[in-house]
Amino acid sequence: MKARAEKIREIAKRLLQEGKVDVVIGYARGASPMREQPFFARTPEEAGQLTWSSFCVGNTAKFLVQAAGAGERAGVVAQGCASRNVVGLIVEKQVARDKVVVIGVPCLGMVDSRKVEARIARSEGRRVESVAEEGEELVVRGRGFEKRLKRKELLRDNCFTCQHRNPVLADEMAAEPTAATGGGDIDTVAAPWEKLPAADRWASFRETFTDCIRCYACRDACPLCYCKTCFVDDAKPQWLGKTQDVTDVASFHLMRAFHCAGRCTDCGACESACPQGIKVRRLTSKIEKDIRSLYSYEAGMGLDAIPPMTTFRADDSDDFIKQGGAQ
Amino acid sequence: MSECTEHSGFRPRIAAFFCNWCTYGGADLAGVNRLKYPADFRVVRLPCTGRMNPEFVLHAFRQGVDGVWVSGCHPGDCHYIAGNMYARRRFTILKELLEYAGLDPGRLHFSWISSAEAEKFQRTAVDVIEAVRALGPVNAANVAAKTMVMELRKVI
Repeated sequence: MKARAEKIREIAKRLLQEGKVDVVIGYARGASPMREQPFFARTPEEAGQLTWSSFCVGNTAKFLVQAAGAGERAGVVAQGCASRNVVGLIVEKQVARDKVVVIGVPCLGMVDSRKVEARIARSEGRRVESVAEEGEELVVRGRGFEKRLKRKELLRDNCFTCQHRNPVLADEMAAEPTAATGGGDIDTVAAPWEKLPAADRWASFRETFTDCIRCYACRDACPLCYCKTCFVDDAKPQWLGKTQDVTDVASFHLMRAFHCAGRCTDCGACESACPQGIKVRRLTSKIEKDIRSLYSYEAGMGLDAIPPMTTFRADDSDDFIKQGGAQ
Repeated sequence: MSECTEHSGFRPRIAAFFCNWCTYGGADLAGVNRLKYPADFRVVRLPCTGRMNPEFVLHAFRQGVDGVWVSGCHPGDCHYIAGNMYARRRFTILKELLEYAGLDPGRLHFSWISSAEAEKFQRTAVDVIEAVRALGPVNAANVAAKTMVMELRKVI
């Protein structure tokens, strides 16, 4: 991790010095432990603050649209998933290829801070004050305790089932490519409610989203959500109520998931951003799985790929549509 | 058929979204031909099923319908060349998503009906209405096990 961070700083510094980019979007140390924050380095000096750790759980591609809107050439620090989102943004014509320099980081998977907290028993009032990384181990320290934990056991769910850890698009590389996958079998983990009988699914949905406070952190963290006016903010007509009752919460999450169809890279930024710890991916992984199985498509894997929802095939399945042939 | 045209028992309320160029014409032709079908759906005319937004479906459920029926042109017959082809993919994903979250499959129906297929329109209308009718009224469901449509409903 340290080597990666140093290399990122070195590349960012060089890019800024040579004037190849106006800004480098990456991560800097967060104000609290286990939460690195997005950082915009605009000068070679500022590039010194860039970092890389097991807690870069956001998605830097999110900020590219903003940079492109300001006419800036941006360097973006991107691991596998974020680089796929960069590709997605280029394909969706939100960002021009020649305005972005991807600093690719082969990713070893990000750590779920909630899993760490569960291990050190946050419930008993123990708080993590610092986390140091030593190879494959995390040294978690707080008042009166020090614990060594294995990174591998604490990976975020989506990092565990990651299919593309290496950047798919990179102008610079911060390390040698690593193993391509996170090791987990995505097909057995994705869409968990599929295994439930139909009658229990709604109860699971309800339970999963019952704590939602409609803060839209999931939307705001998502690199796919760049609409100028989100459907939740539409007033004429107002599609969505503003309350936290089941109707509005369910509608919001269903629509949000639908809008990600064929675009979601399963980067997990939504889940990591949720202040309530809602397992948003229980819903989005279903769509991601459908797109993969129905249209053999994985988002953001190539600059000339055609997103599945913007095209069709004459022989697309329509078994569920009444053909009305039989008398 | 005769059963569901009678004004007895539970009459479901169904939101129907028809493409102007085919199913809407099909419904018209069914009427001109005096084909009988129950009047349990309210039609919203769309320029094309490609206009269909998944939000329409959720909104209809929120407004208190018992079922939703979307119908458009056969693949290849779209007035706008391919609107229904894009729609087909969207419907696939939407149906999968809603059923995954717990929607009863009997409450959401799709069909392809051309403007010349009056009989098919009649047949499908009866099919759809019977399917929704079979599920019974939304509020009569057991309160201990709330259903998706029941909880989406929010009539103000």
